[in-house]
Amino acid sequence: MSEAKKYPAPVTNPETAAFWDAAKEGKFMIKRCTACGEAHYFPRAICPFCYSDKTVWEESSGEATIYTWSLMRKSPTGPYAIGYVTLKEGPSLQTNFVDCDLETLKIGQKVKVVFKPTDGAPLPFFTPV
Amino acid sequence: MTIKGKAYIAGIFEHPTRHAPDKSTAQLHAEVAKGAIEDAGLSKDDVDGYFCAGDAPGGAWPMVDYLGLNTKKLRHVDSTETGGCSYIIHLGHAAEAIAAGKCSIALITLAGKPRTGAMPPRASGAEADFELAYGATTHNAYGMCAMRHMHDYGTTSEQLAWIKVAASHHAQYNPHAMLKDVVTVEDVLNSPMISDPLHRMDCCVVSDGGGALIVTTPEIAKSLKKPLVRLIGHGEAMKGPRGGKDLDLTYSAGIWSGPRAFEEAGITPEDIKYASIYDSFTITVLMQLEDLGFCKKGEGGKFVADGNLISGVGKLPFNTDGGGLCSNHPVNRGGMTKILEAVRQLRGEAHPKVQVQNCDLAIAHGTGGLLGVRHAASTAILERV
Repeated sequence: MSEAKKYPAPVTNPETAAFWDAAKEGKFMIKRCTACGEAHYFPRAICPFCYSDKTVWEESSGEATIYTWSLMRKSPTGPYAIGYVTLKEGPSLQTNFVDCDLETLKIGQKVKVVFKPTDGAPLPFFTPV
Repeated sequence: MTIKGKAYIAGIFEHPTRHAPDKSTAQLHAEVAKGAIEDAGLSKDDVDGYFCAGDAPGGAWPMVDYLGLNTKKLRHVDSTETGGCSYIIHLGHAAEAIAAGKCSIALITLAGKPRTGAMPPRASGAEADFELAYGATTHNAYGMCAMRHMHDYGTTSEQLAWIKVAASHHAQYNPHAMLKDVVTVEDVLNSPMISDPLHRMDCCVVSDGGGALIVTTPEIAKSLKKPLVRLIGHGEAMKGPRGGKDLDLTYSAGIWSGPRAFEEAGITPEDIKYASIYDSFTITVLMQLEDLGFCKKGEGGKFVADGNLISGVGKLPFNTDGGGLCSNHPVNRGGMTKILEAVRQLRGEAHPKVQVQNCDLAIAHGTGGLLGVRHAASTAILERV
């Protein structure tokens, strides 16, 4: 089901273009502030915690655990599971779970990033390890 | 500075329709405006403040023109848009404007027709590329909150179901309610799973309709014929994932808006006789009750069980019109109807079967946006004088 699903291409903008360029090479990027040391997601030019503009791109391990999930039983494109994962580097983010039995997802389960194609840059999803 | 006691709700109107394919959205706004102005015993030419949100076609200036408001007199406009709780925020802002002398008779309207046709998608923010593809809807965004709440606190589907059961007990007495049948915990658990762990009966209805309020000065309110209901405390707040740090979907922005309102009112949750709590989903109610301090965080499941929210049965009568779970949810925005039923309770105009005796203090609380993503919350504490 999820393989056949058509995902919208990111619009991108100057603040986030580097994220999508890296995604095209299979790299999942986060931003880290060199002033306060905090990582954040989705990426901003200005650190949302200390307002420093000294934020730098960092490649994430793509390793995460499921914080929560919900399986939408029906939709025009079939069932899908939305959720939040918490990256090994700290930030939590919204995603969909793919390439797995959606009925067996569990909070705390280990997952890893996987990219799915669009007509533009690929989008990050997560799948159980 | 405080708005405590500076503004009174002098007029209310809830549109009786739940399905309005034969009316325009602007027309519904006009019908509820007319209803609230007449309820107050005023004329449209008296209105000098107008408040509306994203459901008003074209926004404030087309609505002011369409409604034929007196533009020589109109001197304060506010189109704050915070989803379903916009109207509770408007109530607070109207009180601020009245206290500051910026207007004296404020009209707040809500209306729309999501049951007749799909609503336009909400505008997205800077997160769009990083979230829209994942298909967050109301169902799964609230489902994610419920899933984590169950994980952290052991909350059960049976406990959530009691919220719907209580709403249905009230809705049986509301002739306008969409769902008038009393349901059981088993009925809720046996209804189809929509987005885990929320069943169909954990979800509110989709309805057309609307509502309106007239907010005014103490002097004007006392010159009119309606029972006196005044705003004594108000709070508003927002919450989101904030860069993904310390994500916690088990509480809402109500954890901040509630205490602000209670502090201004100078009362505590124990003093509240009736509660209007936004019930987009059962989990919305459970989390709001915890966040507002009616019980400790994590104990909402125990608090709502065994009919504790049923008028005449439990400790905290809630949503005695049947709420969004059973009566209506105009424009997918529940904030207005929460205020309307709270005012009816304080006036003694609720249905006799659900009217709370000696109801002198009530709360109307709502959220807007998606509880599991980004949202606003607003709390209003109302007193019968």
